[in-house]
Amino acid sequence: MATTAKINVKHQDFLASLQAFFKSVLQQNDIGALLVPQHLPMKDVVMPTIVTDPEALDAADPLAPTFPLNAATLLSRLTRKPLETTIAAVLRPCEIRAFIELVKLKQGRTENLIIIGTDCLGAYPNNDYARVVEKEGSETTRKFYQNVLSGKNPPLEGFQVARACQACEHPVPEGADIVIELFGVDTEHEMFLEARTPAGEKLLAALNLPSAKEPDQRKKAIQTVVNERITYRDQMFDETRKRTETIEKLTRYLAGCVNCYNCRVACPVCYCRECVFVTDVFDHEPSQYLRWADRKKSIKLPTDTIFYHLTRLSHISTACVGCGQCTNACPNNIPVMELFRMVAHKTQQAFDYEPGRSLEEPPPLSVFKETEFPDLTGETEQLNH
Amino acid sequence: MDFEPTIIAFVCNWCTYTAADLAGTSRLIYPANIRLIRVMCTGMVDPKYVIKAFLEGADAVLVSGCHPGDCHYINGNYKARRRIKLLKEILPQFGFEPERLKLTWIGASDGIRFADTITEMVSEIRALGPSQVRGKMVL
Ligand code: SF4
Ligand code: SF4
Ligand code: FES
Repeated sequence: MATTAKINVKHQDFLASLQAFFKSVLQQNDIGALLVPQHLPMKDVVMPTIVTDPEALDAADPLAPTFPLNAATLLSRLTRKPLETTIAAVLRPCEIRAFIELVKLKQGRTENLIIIGTDCLGAYPNNDYARVVEKEGSETTRKFYQNVLSGKNPPLEGFQVARACQACEHPVPEGADIVIELFGVDTEHEMFLEARTPAGEKLLAALNLPSAKEPDQRKKAIQTVVNERITYRDQMFDETRKRTETIEKLTRYLAGCVNCYNCRVACPVCYCRECVFVTDVFDHEPSQYLRWADRKKSIKLPTDTIFYHLTRLSHISTACVGCGQCTNACPNNIPVMELFRMVAHKTQQAFDYEPGRSLEEPPPLSVFKETEFPDLTGETEQLNH
Repeated sequence: MDFEPTIIAFVCNWCTYTAADLAGTSRLIYPANIRLIRVMCTGMVDPKYVIKAFLEGADAVLVSGCHPGDCHYINGNYKARRRIKLLKEILPQFGFEPERLKLTWIGASDGIRFADTITEMVSEIRALGPSQVRGKMVL
């Protein structure tokens, strides 16, 4: 059963208590490094960092409402080969879910890894975060989580978190060894850590923290958030469907796309080492372009835009965790996440698959059953004959 | 002018292609709307082949291989079935009628079944009308 530990927050400074907790984690003999987002010294940008010195955690801030990239990709690099020490990684729920997908694809390992997940309150698109910080300065993080937790909407005047976050029905980290709880918690006075796995239990025990009961109002608080987000999500699906329901509409939706492929570079579950769209398969013969033009009177350049997006949808929509990094990375403001989530919702349902739910569930396109989907080939009919 | 559909068929070398051959040598008659693409196994038909065919204006796509248990690469046809299932979830969201994508198992000795399947599919697609992509700039 999950064990919960409690830390008393001093001077109503949740972040300082969080940093002290990280420090105590890194002081454990068997933990050699911490992967955690920090404010960079040169500029107020928050990026994932690897910390090996427990004294170097003063700028750690996993609650800053910014999410410049999905760290699953970075963790996949860090765990590619066995390390002699254990890494503790502080991640958002969608980073954990994406990482679990990568582990299943043999692009990451869970050995010698402790995942510390935070309840996720959402984050701003990259461009907006810079403007939020301009306005709110060093108070950004504190104001943000306080306002979100007290139900203020929008959490900070004039700015709404990314649509991906507003539509995300997984605000609590599944698959973490330890969860830093925020929903339903009085962050002015207390912090709750929940161990979800034997490795998490072991770490909490080593830290000698007093155990506690999960706050009563937590379950309800989570349910409220999830319900709101599902409502938002379903509206987003409806809107997106109306904008893309024919190829003509989809072409309009993607009209500004310049095939820069940033969206797939940013996508944590786009797993191919080399994407077919940058291989010589797509170095078309010069004369080919003219033939295409001849057939259709004129063609748009670059070519293969719709082809690219539909292919990516078929390759990775079953693994899409809805993190929104594709939209975040697009230089042309194309709502890529909206499209991918809409399609992913269907493809994941079709295979009863939820990315990141369990390491035991193989990616649906990597397996099959001998008898399934009989209606596809009309076998039901034949059997009845 | 009557609409004549173009149907792209990915057929595996060992079963459906052989059946098509047999239909030919047996002088069975079936409509000429089909363009056969021989692949070693249906298990190598990546979704992007099907997508490309549709984006280039195919009115329908057929993927056809060996019966379950008969695939010469043991389980390529089971993998193909999952990919077709996947495409059937994706393509209709963008306005492609589900009938435009078909998966069948046609064994090497099934020349008659091959001819019947094509005949049936052509008349079905003829009734359905041309694909939304025809003549449009989709790239
Ligand atoms: S497709 Fe977009 S939302 Fe889905 S996992 Fe990739 S980057 Fe995240
Ligand atoms: S990032 Fe935007 S412009 Fe670049 S390929 Fe993706 S959708 Fe197109
Ligand atoms: S060889 Fe015919 S389907 Fe695999």
